[in-house]
Amino acid sequence: MSESVEDIEIQLLLDAVYRHYHYDFRHYARASIKRRLLQALAQWGYESISEIQSAVLHDETILPQLLNFLTVQVSEMFRDPSYFRALREKVVPHLRTYPSLKVWIAGCSQGEELYSLAILFAEEGLAERTMFYATDINPAALKAAQAGVYPLDRIRLFTENHQASGGQNSLSEYYTANYDRAVFDRSLRERTVFSDHSLVTDAAFGEMHLISCRNVLIYFDRELQDRVVRLFSDSLTRGGFLGIGSKETLRFSAHADRFTDFVRAEKIYRRISR
Amino acid sequence: MSLRAVVIGASAGGVQALSQVLPDLPAGFRVPVMVVVHIPPHKENALVDLFARKCHLQVKEAEDKEPLAPGTIYFAPPDYHLLVEAGETLALSSDETVNHSRPAIDVLFETAADAFGSGLAGVVLTGANQDGAKGLKAVCEAGGVGLVQDSATAEVATMPDAARIACPGARTMYLDEIAPALQAMTR
Repeated sequence: MSESVEDIEIQLLLDAVYRHYHYDFRHYARASIKRRLLQALAQWGYESISEIQSAVLHDETILPQLLNFLTVQVSEMFRDPSYFRALREKVVPHLRTYPSLKVWIAGCSQGEELYSLAILFAEEGLAERTMFYATDINPAALKAAQAGVYPLDRIRLFTENHQASGGQNSLSEYYTANYDRAVFDRSLRERTVFSDHSLVTDAAFGEMHLISCRNVLIYFDRELQDRVVRLFSDSLTRGGFLGIGSKETLRFSAHADRFTDFVRAEKIYRRISR
Repeated sequence: MSLRAVVIGASAGGVQALSQVLPDLPAGFRVPVMVVVHIPPHKENALVDLFARKCHLQVKEAEDKEPLAPGTIYFAPPDYHLLVEAGETLALSSDETVNHSRPAIDVLFETAADAFGSGLAGVVLTGANQDGAKGLKAVCEAGGVGLVQDSATAEVATMPDAARIACPGARTMYLDEIAPALQAMTR
């Protein structure tokens, strides 16, 4: 089939956003990007993707809104509790052997995964020796992650997930309810560095012991997935751990041979030591 | 038409309905089939095992970036949308729910319509919501064929009814007619 006008417009828009603002969505999985752009189109009332392109090039206040359409996702704390249980039971015993730890939450969005890990590390007595690095490309999402405030109506699910993940305390010990919001304890993020980092264009982060990056790779095309898997491998210490989403896999990656399965069912991998 | 892919959407009563469609696809059916069934997000996916035992074709859960293979039935995993990329590979996303559903039928149908155009058949079965109606419209607008379960024989008629209204050109069928109709489109 020949390329549709809409597909041409999308490519041009992504090129424009990259060339003017250096946000690179050109290798994001296209079907998903297209759906999001069509949503933006419907919501903003423009006639075509080309009109979005013109607007974003001439008015920089449009960019944050566009980023929200292209990146922000709603996650949940302790999503897939069995993943966090596997970290607790299988990975933590290895982490305990290090005097200090670095953990990278890559593509942290609004922080649900960060707080889940911070709570897990606190419960396992590792918080004091750990530095967390929470990165995302979207400044608004990073700000939300830094605030650690979630709608109270989501807390029930978070609490169930936390219990199912082997949580030792009640989740309520980690937040205070404030009207319809749950505000998570400042102490959970005391040892967290929040940082603007692009998996697409930025370089490796040094010597991590654990990288958790869940449901981010699915948004990338194969070529970009390869780059990012390599970036993770370069950022991990020997024998460091990588956790990805339950439906993601390194199997199709060109750099799969840098990792071995550690907990296969939970998609936790270990960087091989060479 | 020369059929290149099939997408199927089902909700309430869908497992029963699919049991009267998928096992009838013969071993020589050389086209990929992608299926979205609405299932609760925190459930294990029992559909693959269930249908693997009943079907002549290979049955598996769809994986991200997996190239489509002919004669294979792919089920969307619970709590993920299933999409088709240009170049005939599958993709997953954890984007927000559509029609209160993840996976959503509309997401699969719309992206498949984009990827396969007139080579696509979309099938909407029983269900209690409107998911699939916009998707089937996209399939038909791209030149593909729409098939909708006969509402009188559907466990819940809401979904097939909505699909027919959105896509008046779709053909109404009994369950046992669907596999033979798809087979005929491959010739």
